[in-house]
Amino acid sequence: MSPVNPVTPVSPVHPVSPTSPVLSVDNLSVRFRMRGGRQIAAVSDASFALAPGECLALIGESGCGKSVLASALLGLLPRNAETTGRALLGDLDLLAADERTLARTVRGRRIGLVPQSPSAHLTPVRTVRSQLEETVRELTGVPKAGLREAAEAAAERAAFPATHLDRHPHQLSGGLAQRAATALALVGDAPLLLADEPTTGLDRDLVDRTVDELRRHADTGRALLMITHDLAAARRIADRVAVMYAGRIVEIADAPAFFGAPGPRHPYARALLDALPERAFTPIPGMPPELGDLPDGCAFAPRCARASARCETLPAPVDGVACHHPEEATACSN
Amino acid sequence: MLELSRITAGYDRRAPVVREVSLTVGAGRSVGLLGPSGCGKSTLARVAALLHRPDSGTVVIDGVPVRGWRHRAPREQRTAFGVVFQQPRLAADPRMRLADLIAEPLRATGRRDEAAAAVAGLAGRVGLSRELLGRRPHEVSDGQLQRACLARALVLRPRWLICDEMTAMLDASTSAALVAAVETYRAESGAGLLAVGHDSVLLNRWCDETVHWDELPRESRSGV
Repeated sequence: MSPVNPVTPVSPVHPVSPTSPVLSVDNLSVRFRMRGGRQIAAVSDASFALAPGECLALIGESGCGKSVLASALLGLLPRNAETTGRALLGDLDLLAADERTLARTVRGRRIGLVPQSPSAHLTPVRTVRSQLEETVRELTGVPKAGLREAAEAAAERAAFPATHLDRHPHQLSGGLAQRAATALALVGDAPLLLADEPTTGLDRDLVDRTVDELRRHADTGRALLMITHDLAAARRIADRVAVMYAGRIVEIADAPAFFGAPGPRHPYARALLDALPERAFTPIPGMPPELGDLPDGCAFAPRCARASARCETLPAPVDGVACHHPEEATACSN
Repeated sequence: MLELSRITAGYDRRAPVVREVSLTVGAGRSVGLLGPSGCGKSTLARVAALLHRPDSGTVVIDGVPVRGWRHRAPREQRTAFGVVFQQPRLAADPRMRLADLIAEPLRATGRRDEAAAAVAGLAGRVGLSRELLGRRPHEVSDGQLQRACLARALVLRPRWLICDEMTAMLDASTSAALVAAVETYRAESGAGLLAVGHDSVLLNRWCDETVHWDELPRESRSGV
């Protein structure tokens, strides 16, 4: 694969796969206007493309802007948010689409959302069965007589036990609530699945089953964007990994190279992996910067052992890595 | 020693979620309790932390049998425990600034005058800046809020720590930082730890010993 494709419509940092992407995000930025004229730079210049059948894992520490990016794609940002850039889903720019278009044609139908906190996502006063049947009725052409069966099949796809269908959300454990929410997201057979921390609070077996299920849906030709801080889950199913720090994507890499050899190239990504209990189990010193008060240069520099005077200028992404002092790229990594 | 013997507990006497389970943590030791979602491990942890009265069974803390739970527990037993829960948002009063959240146990036990010094010391340990201490929960991330919840659990210098899925919501770096803060405190105070979770890699790395929920002794008085 040549590193730069001259006709590529997105920035040359993130090579586009030969098939046309399901989702193509180009220089997406989100700013929140706060009281007193303050601005929060939640997402800055994010660019990536997602092909059918591909799973991209977006990883990073809490508060780095991952979920804001997801909300931007779904048009679910609060009113004080300003977005710039483009996010093309087929030929529809999600950032420019009006609420009516998003509500009637996008959410649930073209983008299935597996939410971050299912207990807040599910309707508390209705049973899981009732919510599944409603979703099936709204999104598919299943006749009324087939609703019960279709809802049970939808529950089965997310490994939600049929014995618990008549329960209300508060009667479910965190894991079962997550599976109920996953079942709802899968009903519409959307070409893009957006999973925002789909495994929070699940035990390892359930994490594996949940992400394997999501992977299966990618394998049938859907694109999957999984936002997660669970690096094991990302490693398990992702084709590519995007690492976000302080609102910027600082590295995009193929998952096997990232998690195995040669490993991540951005110092932040290396430090993040080293925090895992199966690796060094050492935290990254310091805390992520405030998104309302970002430095002009590299936002990771204050926590970075490699930082130098050059880091006072913002590093431009090269070969998927935005760093002045990246780990050496190994030759023939392709 | 923290000794739980033949604990039966739950939310409906006809269908207890914990049946005749025993668990012992030696003084200054750390035990990781592993189990799948919904198995009852959090309920057992709540019984141990005196937050949930069991239907039957006994709890003995450092040789003293427990006779009451929650507000019925004597203060010296209640304050022997620091507890960190899975979801910091549900464990933090949204109206309080982080500094007040951390100091609340001191206020509740009539030691308000120690608050300023204790909060300043703990903030450094858990990695919270002075600026963050002045914010309310909705103005900080889950990881930052959990750091405050850990500081709150440590502020009375408990002899026992109960961490129920403390890091399940958190990224790898914040998890490692919080575990390091717990271990630093334990090393200097000699406090014991019961860590509940489902991540065997994490608990094996963190604790002296780990035990799976299914392997806990049932209907016997022997410990782990």
